[in-house]
Amino acid sequence: MSVKIKHFPGEEIETKDFREGKVLFESFRPKARYAWSAGIAISRFLEELKNGRIIASTCSKCGRIMVPPRIYCEKCFKPTDGWTYVKDTGVINTFSVSYIASDASRLKEPIVVAVIELDGASPGMGIVHLLGEYGDWRQLKIGMRVQAVWKPPEERVGAITDIKYFKPVKE
Amino acid sequence: MKGEEKTLSEVAIVGVGCVGFRPVTPELSYKELMFEAAVKAYEDAGGINPREDIDVFVTCAEDYLEGFSIFDEFVPDQLGAALRPLFTVSGDGMLGLATAYMLIKTGQFDTVVVEAHSKASDILTYMDIVQFGLDPIFNRPLGGHPYYIAGLEMTRYLYETGTTEEQCAQVVVKNKRNAILNPYAAYGANITLDQVMRSEKLFHPLKKLEISVPADGCIVMVLASEKVAEKLTDKPVWVKGVGWCTETPSLETRDWTRAVYTRLAAEMAYKEAKITNPWRDIDFAEIHDLFAYKELQHMEALKLCDYGEAGKLLEEGLTGLDGELPVNPSGGLLGMGYGLEASGLQKVLEVVLQLRGEAGARQIDNAEVGLAHTWRGIPTATGAVAILSNVK
Repeated sequence: MSVKIKHFPGEEIETKDFREGKVLFESFRPKARYAWSAGIAISRFLEELKNGRIIASTCSKCGRIMVPPRIYCEKCFKPTDGWTYVKDTGVINTFSVSYIASDASRLKEPIVVAVIELDGASPGMGIVHLLGEYGDWRQLKIGMRVQAVWKPPEERVGAITDIKYFKPVKE
Repeated sequence: MKGEEKTLSEVAIVGVGCVGFRPVTPELSYKELMFEAAVKAYEDAGGINPREDIDVFVTCAEDYLEGFSIFDEFVPDQLGAALRPLFTVSGDGMLGLATAYMLIKTGQFDTVVVEAHSKASDILTYMDIVQFGLDPIFNRPLGGHPYYIAGLEMTRYLYETGTTEEQCAQVVVKNKRNAILNPYAAYGANITLDQVMRSEKLFHPLKKLEISVPADGCIVMVLASEKVAEKLTDKPVWVKGVGWCTETPSLETRDWTRAVYTRLAAEMAYKEAKITNPWRDIDFAEIHDLFAYKELQHMEALKLCDYGEAGKLLEEGLTGLDGELPVNPSGGLLGMGYGLEASGLQKVLEVVLQLRGEAGARQIDNAEVGLAHTWRGIPTATGAVAILSNVK
């Protein structure tokens, strides 16, 4: 804004004008609830998480082993034709340290999110998850080996959070 | 180019695939539903490979009905559209069809895929989502179920046109009976006029059985330019004209009798398709019947008859399967189930099947020109019309 203008025409409004109802607005909170059918591929994936295993689907045409699993190979546009377990170990593809929550409030402890390429899956495929037990995050490196830390079996419900996080492991 | 007028290509529907419609589909995710419909459509289009043979993909979805935002991003893999040109039309499938049609008309693209689906059973608070579409200042604070808007319109429509409640109820009897013959229909039934009339009045004068019930399903279509179409199929269905229109969103000032949005959309499509006398030039019509009275009101807006005449034509049996101009041979949305943003493609699907002579027990003899019409439902005043023919 120009520094030359000392007075702007119009009426100034302050927070108290909103509180006192001098500025009118309508607020509404939508009631929007959904329950998505997981379907064939994701149901199997979630079931296996409950068992403490990570499952992939495979395409015999391009030979890829795909996690998360799907019933179609998006590269070949063919139905996938097999299932196979992959390991719960892998390497960090990329990671980020997130200091704030979605409402911009500061997190007490920053969370570290990582893309992990799982052993046994095709290159560039795996899981997005949290990292833990890493000490100082500055020690984290792309290409570092990590392993899943699972919740105890009785606490698993068939959700991505059945894995607590991935922790760095020795080569 | 000097002194040379470029002729625009004709556009044809060369492949259709449909899954559903069913009341619920808990066994499949929406992505899996779409994959199945896409596979069918590509097979139907002469076994094309979407990874190479399709120029553009158009998906039709409204984020609030999906439950997550930016729906485009969740679409490519299951359509064979990964790393290919794709976008979403946030509206009814017929608007996607119109978009595909225009893309091909530009001469820039030869093959375009259109997809629309309904996973209504995944939405736990469907009516609240519909309610969310109402004006937040003037209408939403009044509360109530948003379908009272249909009650308002039906009241005025009956008052102005002299159409009777029985005539509206008769639409349900006809459509649900047609749906018995349609394997894609979820709610076919043999019911009597008396059953409809005695069903609970939910939004006076609208009765429970006069309201279409949502259903799950997915439809994928392949459109192609003239030169490609004739290579892919020996049964192309030509898009002769499309039109669409939106009236005011204001409930306070809109026309409550005549579905003006449909009238103007129809005039746009008729002009292009050179239809001068709709009743004579069109062999059958698929018309949006989310509520029974809407079939009659829309027939009039589509100029298939004068205002107030549709109910009489129905009573005389002229819009029945064996009538002079069958309306909703598919069973309509009352019989098929309301496919949300897929409803426009539900209409187009039936027209395509009829024009290819593949409509089985509900096949209309010697059909050459069919009309597909859609409406975006409560609380909108948006409609679209497509004229299709098996003659180029």
